[in-house]
Amino acid sequence: MDWIAASLADAARLVFSLDAQLYSIIGLSLMVSLASVSLATLFGGLIGAALAVTRFPGRRSVVVLLNAAMGLPPVVVGLVVYLLLSRAGPLGPLGLLFTPRAMVFAQFILITPLIAALTRQVIEDAWREYEEQLCSLGARSWQAALTLLWDTRFSLLTVFLAGLGRAASEVGAVMIVGGNIAGVTRVMTTTIALETSKGDLPLAVGLGMILVGIVLVLNAGAYGIREWAARRYG
Amino acid sequence: MDKPVIVELRGLVFEGRGHRAVDGIDLVLPAGRTVILGPNGAGKSVLLRLMHGLLAPTGGAVRWAAREGRVPRLAMVFQKPVLLRRSALDNVLYGLLLSPAHRHEARARLRERAAAALQRVGLTHLAARPARVLSGGEQQRVALARVWALEPDVLLLDEPTASLDPAAIRAVEDIVAGIAEGGTSIIMTTHHRGLARRFADSVVVLEQGRVAEHTPTQEFFTRPRSGAGQSYLQGETA
Repeated sequence: MDWIAASLADAARLVFSLDAQLYSIIGLSLMVSLASVSLATLFGGLIGAALAVTRFPGRRSVVVLLNAAMGLPPVVVGLVVYLLLSRAGPLGPLGLLFTPRAMVFAQFILITPLIAALTRQVIEDAWREYEEQLCSLGARSWQAALTLLWDTRFSLLTVFLAGLGRAASEVGAVMIVGGNIAGVTRVMTTTIALETSKGDLPLAVGLGMILVGIVLVLNAGAYGIREWAARRYG
Repeated sequence: MDKPVIVELRGLVFEGRGHRAVDGIDLVLPAGRTVILGPNGAGKSVLLRLMHGLLAPTGGAVRWAAREGRVPRLAMVFQKPVLLRRSALDNVLYGLLLSPAHRHEARARLRERAAAALQRVGLTHLAARPARVLSGGEQQRVALARVWALEPDVLLLDEPTASLDPAAIRAVEDIVAGIAEGGTSIIMTTHHRGLARRFADSVVVLEQGRVAEHTPTQEFFTRPRSGAGQSYLQGETA
């Protein structure tokens, strides 16, 4: 058990020593995750809201597919994106493979169905309450969708966090398309996997502590905002 | 009843889940103030939704008379107002922004209209407050301001005073009367006999999805023509 305590102590020293390598890894992780989740929220949010307020033949099948896509295996997504971005692939000329952009792209594909499916659920619940009122005022589907997106913004914060949680904890896809290159595409999760396999536990444990800490702080913040919003806006 | 006809309902039917909520209604309503009475489940709310177009009839038709050569503008207020998570003023403004009749006006002008509508319902002091934290009566007044700002030709009200206290009921009644004085025809469902008596030009009584009678208000409250009308009044006075 001593080695666990020693690893934790080393990890704590690393965190508080403002180690440059550690913080560059954290910075890149946050940048990649936030960029992919922001893009996924934009696209997935609109897709989810549109699905919630429109009715068309085959809608149920689309909803089932979307829900199923929430469970896309990250390594499979990574592999597909790798094939798309590799030199012989259709997007090869863009030269994105083994760059942070490729990691954002892979995470975007992974997270968009999650955001879209959860947004659809939130908006559909709200739509039940708002439908008659908005229709009586003459709102078209797209106007209703945008109105509901804005009106449920505090509930959608939780959806955003779910996406961020998935992005921040994801390792398979970013490992494949990023290559885990030190100083270029090495993020927290890929570093934890690498350092653990090398037996260098302090850095892995330190990053793990920070990762959990970030998730806790974000969720506490979101909870606080939702509580405040419920009191402020009803 | 020499006022112009605003709407004709011909053989109107609405059936859902094996139940006929509206069962072959033929009705001609003149401009002015009409109150629809009837027990719970008589089809009052469904009828209003069919008239507005929120529900499509499974049979028959609703024909609105043209107003100044155009389709009349309809607005509706519900028993439980649904307000958006924004200020009272922005809720009123939202209705104006969606309205085809006001779409081409500058936003500043629409804001003035919204503020004026809130003033008419006595809520200027609450204009900046989030609408959903207001009391039930205040929320209903915001909903009324929202439709008043739209200057509709016809306003449909589905039990707008349900679950309000007497003071709030009186406030809603005064506002609806104010809207009517501006030339808007009112069609309202309610369970409040006093409100119907004070407010309506004529009363329609529904029973099991059918029209039992359509009678001038004074006559209805002294000599209802139908058994359903008599039962309704007796039930309420019991």
